[in-house]
Amino acid sequence: MTRTVGPSSQPEAESATSPKDVAPAVALHTGTSDLRALFTRNLRTSGIYIAFVAIVALFAVLTDGRSLSPGNITNVVLQYSYILILAIGMVMIIVAGHIDLSVGSVVALTGAVSAILVIQQGQPWWVGIVAALATGLLIGAWQGFWVAYVGIPAFIVTLAGMLLFRGLTLEVLGNISLSPFPSEYGRIASGFLNGLIGGNGYDAFTLLIFGIAVVGYAVSQYRTRVARLRYQQPVESFPLFVAKILAVAAVVMAFAWQLANARGLPIVLIILAVLIMVYGVVTRRTVFGRQVYAIGGNLAAATLSGVKVRAVNFWLFVNMGLLAAIAGIVFSSRSNGAQPSAGQMFELDAIAAAFIGGAAVTGGVGTVVGAMVGGLIMAVMTNGMTIMGVDQSVQSVVKGLVLLLAVAFDVYNKRRAGASR
Amino acid sequence: MDDNILEMRSITKTFPGVKALEDVTLSVRRGEIHAICGENGAGKSTLMKVLSGVYPAGQYDGEIVLDGRVSTFGGIRDSEHAGIVIIHQELALVPYLSIAENIFLGSEKRGRFGLIDWNLANAEAGRLLREVGLDESPVTPVGTLGVGKQQLVEIAKALSKDVKLLILDEPTAALNDTDSAHLLGLIRGLRERGITSIIISHKLNEIVSIADHTTVIRDGRTVETLDMADPAVDVDRIIRGMVGRDLESYYPERESRPGEEVLRVEDWTVRHPTHDRLVVDSAGFDVRAGEVVGIAGLMGAGRTELAMSIFGRSYGNFVRGRIFLRGEEIRLRTVAEAIDAGIAYATEDRKRYGLNLIDDISRNVSGAALGKLSSRGFVDANEEAKAAEEYRTSMNIKAPTVKSIVGKLSGGNQQKVVLSKWLLTDPDVLILDEPTRGIDVGAKYEIYTIINRLVAAGKAVVVISSELPELLGICDRVFTLSAGRITGQLPVREATQERLMTLMTQEKELVG
Repeated sequence: MTRTVGPSSQPEAESATSPKDVAPAVALHTGTSDLRALFTRNLRTSGIYIAFVAIVALFAVLTDGRSLSPGNITNVVLQYSYILILAIGMVMIIVAGHIDLSVGSVVALTGAVSAILVIQQGQPWWVGIVAALATGLLIGAWQGFWVAYVGIPAFIVTLAGMLLFRGLTLEVLGNISLSPFPSEYGRIASGFLNGLIGGNGYDAFTLLIFGIAVVGYAVSQYRTRVARLRYQQPVESFPLFVAKILAVAAVVMAFAWQLANARGLPIVLIILAVLIMVYGVVTRRTVFGRQVYAIGGNLAAATLSGVKVRAVNFWLFVNMGLLAAIAGIVFSSRSNGAQPSAGQMFELDAIAAAFIGGAAVTGGVGTVVGAMVGGLIMAVMTNGMTIMGVDQSVQSVVKGLVLLLAVAFDVYNKRRAGASR
Repeated sequence: MDDNILEMRSITKTFPGVKALEDVTLSVRRGEIHAICGENGAGKSTLMKVLSGVYPAGQYDGEIVLDGRVSTFGGIRDSEHAGIVIIHQELALVPYLSIAENIFLGSEKRGRFGLIDWNLANAEAGRLLREVGLDESPVTPVGTLGVGKQQLVEIAKALSKDVKLLILDEPTAALNDTDSAHLLGLIRGLRERGITSIIISHKLNEIVSIADHTTVIRDGRTVETLDMADPAVDVDRIIRGMVGRDLESYYPERESRPGEEVLRVEDWTVRHPTHDRLVVDSAGFDVRAGEVVGIAGLMGAGRTELAMSIFGRSYGNFVRGRIFLRGEEIRLRTVAEAIDAGIAYATEDRKRYGLNLIDDISRNVSGAALGKLSSRGFVDANEEAKAAEEYRTSMNIKAPTVKSIVGKLSGGNQQKVVLSKWLLTDPDVLILDEPTRGIDVGAKYEIYTIINRLVAAGKAVVVISSELPELLGICDRVFTLSAGRITGQLPVREATQERLMTLMTQEKELVG
């Protein structure tokens, strides 16, 4: 059974998903209808990528290309890594229908614990890291207990946590800043893997690592595709599949080239990439991830399907504590010390990243990758405006409007989808 | 004719795909108590919503004549202005506000400068409370009162609005005997003061004792209006009118071959989660392999509560009771334990309790059986899609792919998704709560066919239904439930709609 080539006259929703017509689902779609399907199937998820590209292009033009310079790209990665790490945990919390206002304070407290041990007591740098992670887990368990087992709304529990952990930070630091960390600790956020295999004016090692990553991505995509075909699942046409891989590869390698021309591969980027991959798999492939979406989508139905809602909620907050601790380590490493006011407003940046990235206010919707793009949109805007010399006050206004418009777009989309029912 | 306070003439109300009311006529005399009876879904509530303006004029055909004038209501405020007050089964009170605040909510007693005059409001509320015989202070928060007293507050609120026609939807369903008696006495008292009441009730004994006329509605049409002064009109006479429906839907043939007992429930007693009231009281039933057992009961009889409390205590507070699976006693404290034991419960309210409407078919189908489709915590998305695809085909779910969003499917197809979800857990016992509610005739037939296929494969099926012909059409045995108690058990060949309805309306003291 074949389909006619060219723009189909069927309604869009129909053409987006119609393997029944083409079963067995060998890719007989045409390239054009597939491309359009890719965009129209979920404007909410594809819209974010388009917006990201547009914003990157806009600031490239406004700053005469300075925003895309090797040095600046490296800077964006270093400056926003901890927000992106927080956003990974935050989007999962939001998908389950909660919120976490305490992460900024947790970043401060975990960084402070690490600084006390390493700077004040002269422990080795890794002791600080282990202690910070343990503190994060403990905080997560504390908040998870109140949310999951006592049934207090996360908004309240984490609002209390925001004050509580900020207070504890001031307490353990005795209201003073501690610095500096030993150089090993500093390398977490400011270190680079560089010059390991040479290179002529650029770092060949960075390119090699990114090359391996791109090949790995292509192979895993291909294997997924083969498996889907074996199960007669719909897949995009082979040319489009190749085009998609090539486009991703081109963007990633261009990014790598710029990094290689600056200071090489930031260590924190490796941490971030590993976290994104791990949590991408957790949210999409694991039973736990599914249950998070089920709870956010319909709590009552999830309960009646045997989901252990309390346990899932508890572990979600433990996980958030862990990620906040990692962000705390990265931030303390980058700022080379611990300050009582560290991490203020981080929670709002992380929440904004999740919502701009397509998470639904009502829960049940959102992805890790979306939150990363949402966070990057904020990062690119802030960075671009800073290069242009835009006032802090104006920056804040612009960011606020972007957040509002992103969620308004989400609500509008949902209403339209509802009306077409 | 002139002594009729209300006449509803040729009322027809259509929802997309369904005619809820067809040419309904209702005449209520001034100062009487008029009862409306009918099975669940007969159209009683819809008729009252038309009358009270919930469905505004223009959304229905026919005319409402109130006090001799044709009236068109654009909303509840209009009907209240005309003196019609409706008290719903789910009370519309704000629990944290005081009695007085609730009574005057929306019609506050204003004093100088437009501020609320609380002294006046509380004094007025106190007078109204004495009128309805409620001995509480007007400043008591409503949430601290029992359901019976809350009902009286609702009536006080109605009296504050100069009510001429009071509509009570199932007023005694949630009340105990003393509170019910007090409430009925109060309604009689209102009649003496010239207030007309319309009562919707399943408790036929109450209707016989209190009503002056009774209108019976069946399948969205008026069947008859009975004069309760006629001594020949008794409970049985009303039941005949309610169930006189033909077995117009048809049911697929099935050979009944029950095997071993699979599930037995004994002495099952459950308390309401917030009120001190037994919702299920010493109930017991059993079901065998290859058998369909029906549970018949009117609204509020405790059918869903019985099923959900068995299914991992997902409703109410467990008091006592025993569950036997293949002769062995088991305890099911969580839903996960119930699923593991091989029990499945498909809810009556699929949108609220059954489905994740924003997600696709495949993830909904796999929702209760992720353990089977995963290894070491990782879901095999391809196995999942394959399983969903198998059910999409075998259940004839009409959707282009298993990636279609469930919220966009029709009711019948959503119900098939719910059934698929539970079949994927491979249960031995399926409890189906109103499996054909809100779906069209064709889809109903398909659901019946699926049920037959399940029992042919040796599953035990329990069907809870409001539609008696449906139970008679597909079950081997039917249990009747009334006020949380099992009042009877009939093999289907001995059961008739009249016999079932008699058992379903039997009240506590008659069970004895």
